[in-house]
Amino acid sequence: MAEIQQQASGGGKGGKKRAKKMSTKIDMTPMVDLAFLLLTFFMLTTTFSKPTVMQVTMPVKEKDNKDPTVLKASDAFTVLLGENNKIYYYEGLLDATTKPELKLSSYDANGIRKTLLDRRRVNPGTVVLIKPDDKSKYKNMVDILDEMNITDQKKYALVPISKADEDLIKSSGL
Amino acid sequence: MVDLAFLLVTFFMLTTKFAPEEAVVVDTPSSTSELRLPESHVITIAVDKDKRVFFGMDDDEIKADLLKQVGAKYGVSFTAAQVQAFRGVASSFGTPIEKLPALLNLDSEQRKSYKQEGIPSDSLNNQLIEWIVTAQSLSRKQFSKPAYIAIKGDGDADVPTVKKVISLMQDKNINRFNLITDLETKPVAGK
Repeated sequence: MAEIQQQASGGGKGGKKRAKKMSTKIDMTPMVDLAFLLLTFFMLTTTFSKPTVMQVTMPVKEKDNKDPTVLKASDAFTVLLGENNKIYYYEGLLDATTKPELKLSSYDANGIRKTLLDRRRVNPGTVVLIKPDDKSKYKNMVDILDEMNITDQKKYALVPISKADEDLIKSSGL
Repeated sequence: MVDLAFLLVTFFMLTTKFAPEEAVVVDTPSSTSELRLPESHVITIAVDKDKRVFFGMDDDEIKADLLKQVGAKYGVSFTAAQVQAFRGVASSFGTPIEKLPALLNLDSEQRKSYKQEGIPSDSLNNQLIEWIVTAQSLSRKQFSKPAYIAIKGDGDADVPTVKKVISLMQDKNINRFNLITDLETKPVAGK
């Protein structure tokens, strides 16, 4: 690539000696090499995109919660996140007198998402209560929050799991 | 072609921003959210799968003040060299304040192999919230807006730790969080 300018063989005519013309060609190879090296370096080290975030706004913690929001049992839909990536749900509220039927679901498209959409078609005012078990993974929590975004469920709340809910999971044997 | 190469070199040189040193490997879960994390004024709280909590802050302007203020609260003082070293460490660290001077004395190679135990965040010794509140108030003073709080949890992190961090901040009236996730394509909701 690097060219060596051949000395023009001395003319035989022996005319006037002219100032020898310098070649205008510069060898660019090393510079181009360097350019590509830098290009590769910056391309590989650059951070392509910022990670995405999911916004969560939690309610303001009341110092003394005298009258918490009362939720109608007919609007309530509870999702329980269990260990080993299990997910359960029941409709209505759990209290001393009524014991709703617990059902096992899954995180895929035909699981909880379908249930949620069906439920919303019946009752558009559904409020989803998400109760992550202490043994559930953070991934599960993100997944279910994501599910809320996908199904466009506006009203949902992250609620600490109660003893009764844990017992319900245990006794159901699912 | 060479012109193009140089154009690209210039482009990458100007746009590149070196990824900050992460003290902990966190494998974030994915979500369909398309919101991007802002470039600056971000406080990152990382939770790894061993329940360790890490704190990170990216604004160079307030790092020195942050270190001094939190140090003063716990009666730990830092030398000028340590404050300087904190600039590199502040993007993510997880040591209790008592052990921070020791971490800052190490050089960057040794720091990588140093086992960080996580910032204490229990009710007896709650240094995490101290870092957050101080960083938040400094950010308010410096940039006249509060920092953006991002929680970077590992997919295998347990819920109680993440919830504890969230409820700590709720106690301090910080109610807006951002969970850092990877992008996944949005499935079509419906039939």
